[in-house]
Amino acid sequence: MTSGPLLAASGVHVTFPGRRGAPPARAVDGVDLEIGAGEIVALVGESGCGKTTLARTLLGLVRPGAGAVSFAGEPLAYTSRALKAYRRRAQLVLQDPSGSLNPRHTVYEAVAEGLRIHRAHRSGAEERAAVAEALARAGLRPPERFFLRYPHELSGGQRQRVVIAGALVLEPELIVADEPVASLDASVRGEILALLLRLRDELGLSALVVTHDLGLAWNIADRVAVMYLGRVVETGPVESVLTAPRHPYTRALLSVLPESETPPVVLAGEPPDPARIPSGCRFHARCHVLASGEAAQVADRCRTEPLPVLRAGGGERGVACHWAVAGDGG
Amino acid sequence: MSLLEIRDLRVTYGSGAAAVPAVRGVDLRLEAGSKLGVAGESGCGKSTLALALLRLLPQTARLEGEILLDGEDVLTMKWGRLRAVRWAGASIVFQGAMHSLNAVRRIGDQIAEPLLVHRRATPAEARKRVGALLEQVGLPASRAAGYPHELSGGQRQRVMIAMALACEPRLIVADEPTTALDVMIQAQILRLIERLVAEESLGLMMISHDLAVLADTCDRLAVMYAGRIVEEGPAGEVYRAAAHPYGRALSSAFPRIGDPASRRAPRGLPGDPPDPAALPDGCAFHPRCPVAVAECAEDDQELRVAGAGRRAACLHVGRESG
Repeated sequence: MTSGPLLAASGVHVTFPGRRGAPPARAVDGVDLEIGAGEIVALVGESGCGKTTLARTLLGLVRPGAGAVSFAGEPLAYTSRALKAYRRRAQLVLQDPSGSLNPRHTVYEAVAEGLRIHRAHRSGAEERAAVAEALARAGLRPPERFFLRYPHELSGGQRQRVVIAGALVLEPELIVADEPVASLDASVRGEILALLLRLRDELGLSALVVTHDLGLAWNIADRVAVMYLGRVVETGPVESVLTAPRHPYTRALLSVLPESETPPVVLAGEPPDPARIPSGCRFHARCHVLASGEAAQVADRCRTEPLPVLRAGGGERGVACHWAVAGDGG
Repeated sequence: MSLLEIRDLRVTYGSGAAAVPAVRGVDLRLEAGSKLGVAGESGCGKSTLALALLRLLPQTARLEGEILLDGEDVLTMKWGRLRAVRWAGASIVFQGAMHSLNAVRRIGDQIAEPLLVHRRATPAEARKRVGALLEQVGLPASRAAGYPHELSGGQRQRVMIAMALACEPRLIVADEPTTALDVMIQAQILRLIERLVAEESLGLMMISHDLAVLADTCDRLAVMYAGRIVEEGPAGEVYRAAAHPYGRALSSAFPRIGDPASRRAPRGLPGDPPDPAALPDGCAFHPRCPVAVAECAEDDQELRVAGAGRRAACLHVGRESG
């Protein structure tokens, strides 16, 4: 095992051109993020915050406009050959298992597809053994019983397990799961999350889980990075960030959960357009701490002074907020 | 008289050997100004129940029992009366607002439609009312001229709510109104629904798989499994201390942030809900039940009293002391 992080993004920017003369959308606007070997990191944020674009960038599906992504110490090379090799080591698990499985492929074909793409030389018996093992690891036992089934014959939870088996069959070092349980029933959700934890324990698999669900982070992640409008605004170990959040945005997100004991802070409106990121702190226009006057001593800085990019890695906490940082000093 | 009283409601799809019972004898009651949550997994019959309330089910569905809306049975109503009750007596907010709105019609026209159909409001009156409704749900009145694709998911759900309120119904049925919305938008929509229910003294029946959201929003909670209510009671009590093992499993599937017991310990319920066409004998939950005993495979369980204002359909209820 190397001592550095398995996956590292530094200073990553992804910009999409604006439509009809509109300014370009800064979907990912400066992110440093690291994932260690065997670590589960939750990337949390609302729709449109750039979390899915960041995940796609980490997988090499999107080339960053600025900054770099490196895996096991090597920067990603964007040739098709290098990317193909990379995708064996870092696999994507998509959110909607019904949409990501071909309805006309059997479970066996769905899981074997990756093997066939990556090592066509395998014998039939080897392939069968690998598919069976991946299905069993994903909790579909006995695996042979599922080989010839079609997606419509499976429950939602079983379909998600097939998708996970399809990722596992290549024995990756990292999986990136985009909302892996969002479309599943509550009772099935826990089972799938337990599977992700078990895979980490048994195989040492690292995972980046992209989600809007803070409860999911509490359930399985070691570290959490909260994203708002293209930037990570708070990061650190799950226990400390979720039980003692410091960024007003993280506080608000936690306060509106049904279980929360603090009074709910319901932010008005929706996150601004990434083509029009506010100056100063990008959250200042919606910040309840600033609006309440509590942050009066730093209010000018909130409106005008941009915050540095947080380094979301290792065990330390970080918060991109003038008020929270000033509170530390005084 | 209750605003809504459902008595022994049964809904069966198909007939003869292919008959599939989707709702198998549901009794529920809802008073004006109160909020009832109905929780359950996919396929438990909760959406069928919602659609049955206004007889919106396909022709192949057979309905039995009584659905009394202000004392009047929806199931035996004449067609003309039923049309009047839909929207004006009770209206439904469906899940997935993106699919429930017509993509090629202006938002204002869609909200005005039930007004024009039911109230015979003049187009000018309807236009004024649409503006007021949009403002009531927190959107600028100018949005009436826009199309659904110009709105975010949360804004579309607000439009759906405005539409449901258009004819001033007494009962609102909300089927997964916040599923697929972000937490902050979900909180906004739930606060909006709560405010409207309180202001207009409406009855609300909210259907969701999210027990935590229902417990936070509703006064009472009913948990459905395989077409039946298996537990019912005050929302907070059912959520925190369910009497039925299914209710317990469902509630522990929601992590409590800060609770060391759920840290790195996601909990679910093994197995899948039963196929409604092939229900197990005895208690329908027994194959997945962690506390099932031999009798559970034989005896079907009726709802029984499980404390003050609470009912649960489990053999263990009332047997144990703690």
